[in-house]
Amino acid sequence: MPNLSPCWTAEPAVPLDARSLALRRLIVRTFVAGGRGHLASALSLVEILRVLYDDVLCYAPQDPKWPYRDRCILSKGHGCLALYAVLASKGFFPPRLLRTFCHSGSLLGGHPEPRLPGVEVATGSLGHGLAIGIGFALHARHAGAGHRVFVIVGDGECDEGAIWEGALCASKHRLSNLTLIIDYNRYQSYGPTAVVQELEPFAAKWQAFGFATAEVDGHDVAALRAAFAALPLHPQRPTALICHTVKGKGIAEVEHNGQWHHRNRVTREEGQRLLAALEANDA
Amino acid sequence: MRKACLEMVYTLAKQDPRVFFLGSDLGAGTLESFRAAMPERFLMEGVSEANLIGLAAGLALEGNLPYVNTIATFLTRRCFEQLVVDLCLHRANVRLLGNGGGLVYAPLGPTHMAIEDLAILRALPHMTVLAPADANEMRRLMLATLAHQGPLYIRLGKGNEPLVTPAAGTFEIGKAYWMRKGSDALLITTGTVLSLALEAAGHLQREGVSTGVLHVPTLKPLDTETLLDALAAVPVVVTLEEHTVVGGLGSAVAELIAETPFHPAKRFKRLGLPDVFPEGYGSQASLMAHYGLTVTRLVAAVMDLITSGVHALWLTSTL
Repeated sequence: MPNLSPCWTAEPAVPLDARSLALRRLIVRTFVAGGRGHLASALSLVEILRVLYDDVLCYAPQDPKWPYRDRCILSKGHGCLALYAVLASKGFFPPRLLRTFCHSGSLLGGHPEPRLPGVEVATGSLGHGLAIGIGFALHARHAGAGHRVFVIVGDGECDEGAIWEGALCASKHRLSNLTLIIDYNRYQSYGPTAVVQELEPFAAKWQAFGFATAEVDGHDVAALRAAFAALPLHPQRPTALICHTVKGKGIAEVEHNGQWHHRNRVTREEGQRLLAALEANDA
Repeated sequence: MRKACLEMVYTLAKQDPRVFFLGSDLGAGTLESFRAAMPERFLMEGVSEANLIGLAAGLALEGNLPYVNTIATFLTRRCFEQLVVDLCLHRANVRLLGNGGGLVYAPLGPTHMAIEDLAILRALPHMTVLAPADANEMRRLMLATLAHQGPLYIRLGKGNEPLVTPAAGTFEIGKAYWMRKGSDALLITTGTVLSLALEAAGHLQREGVSTGVLHVPTLKPLDTETLLDALAAVPVVVTLEEHTVVGGLGSAVAELIAETPFHPAKRFKRLGLPDVFPEGYGSQASLMAHYGLTVTRLVAAVMDLITSGVHALWLTSTL
């Protein structure tokens, strides 16, 4: 049974494995190459995206618009450093492009756009992905297509009214082919969600809006695999998968530190320090 | 015009399986025939325009052709960012049907009057902005929407507008249409006020002022070629729109004039709503009269410019 308690109490944290650490190194190097970015917001997403692209989604990196692909929208577009690292690791584009992050003329901006292979829609302004995902899911049903739609939102993003308009709509249309994944790291730009805009009782809200709801440790790869394998949770309802995560996961200095929500003028020295801190997870 | 527009959505849906109809809690019974015949392509959503536009974008990006119908203010102001990001940035093939353009909803007050829709949408890259004059033009225009690429806004009038454009023929998006030619003055209009311009031109003709009328149903992309030819040929130009004078047709024409080395004696005036929220309720006609969107005012504006133009010409020739 999914745990729907208002205060999630995760088991002791599962150590980050080699792939999770390798993706984080890519993220940090990309962040340093661009000299800026939403590092902490990306680090909380790594296992969610990794499990989606390693184990869940159906796609063809050499044919990114393959019609039968599952659609995945990173609605919290500011977490794009993690998406770029995963897409590069899956062969959507050469990993060397990561070095161009935010540079003039690059395909990789501070928020993702569909000109980059693997990106479905442009996001960055919060609260847009769910409605577009609903359009995708309605189309799939209308066309009799079996592909699924996944939309990843942030917790701060759930302050947007459009999210709740979409929640009403997805529920009304009984979109069981739609899964909303919430990166619930409990920190938004200014500070804790509990201070800026409390979301609790969060799972109960999604249930009340008609979503089949489950909660999972968003850094536990095995638990994420199991959660995705159980989809759809209900044959007539969209799913809300609340992923309990740590903002900045993997680098002690960055974890739950509002100063790292967004940074610019990042130096090489800072980059070395972040990479070194990451290696502490290997112990 | 509204009825013609909705009937055309149904007609288009019967011939093109990409067509969807989307509404946000419209009046009971709207397009019932469509819903009955093709319920899977008829989506009546809640009062949630931001979600509706995103949903339409999702459908369009999958190859469908959604026509979204609601009150113009809610379709432009409420979900402006969705229009920018979800539609324009993605060049999504969504058609926006804005009911009650201008002062149509006068009795309902300023929350319901779309007085700046053309201006704000004209500023968006990839957006096409249309304001037809009557039901005839609406039918011809709707046929052209099937093949058009990118998002498109259509401003709807109240209904029962005088029929001043031909019932037959084609409509080309991006083209301005000559309604009558004249050598002394030019009236340029968009939307349903074309009928006022035609009436004013008739008055002026009887006063001995040869007056042309150029109808601009596509405000964006602007038919600059036809406009520049038309502007070059006359000493006096007046634009008329049921819209704020800030940023609409008058501004677009002013931009053209300002960037073209016309004779300095050319005289130009924008007629439209002043930069205020319309006050006083009443009817569309009463507010039009209050703000000077009338045949009388249009005739007077042309005559004033002709007088001042002669004066200016005299000044330039003596300098």
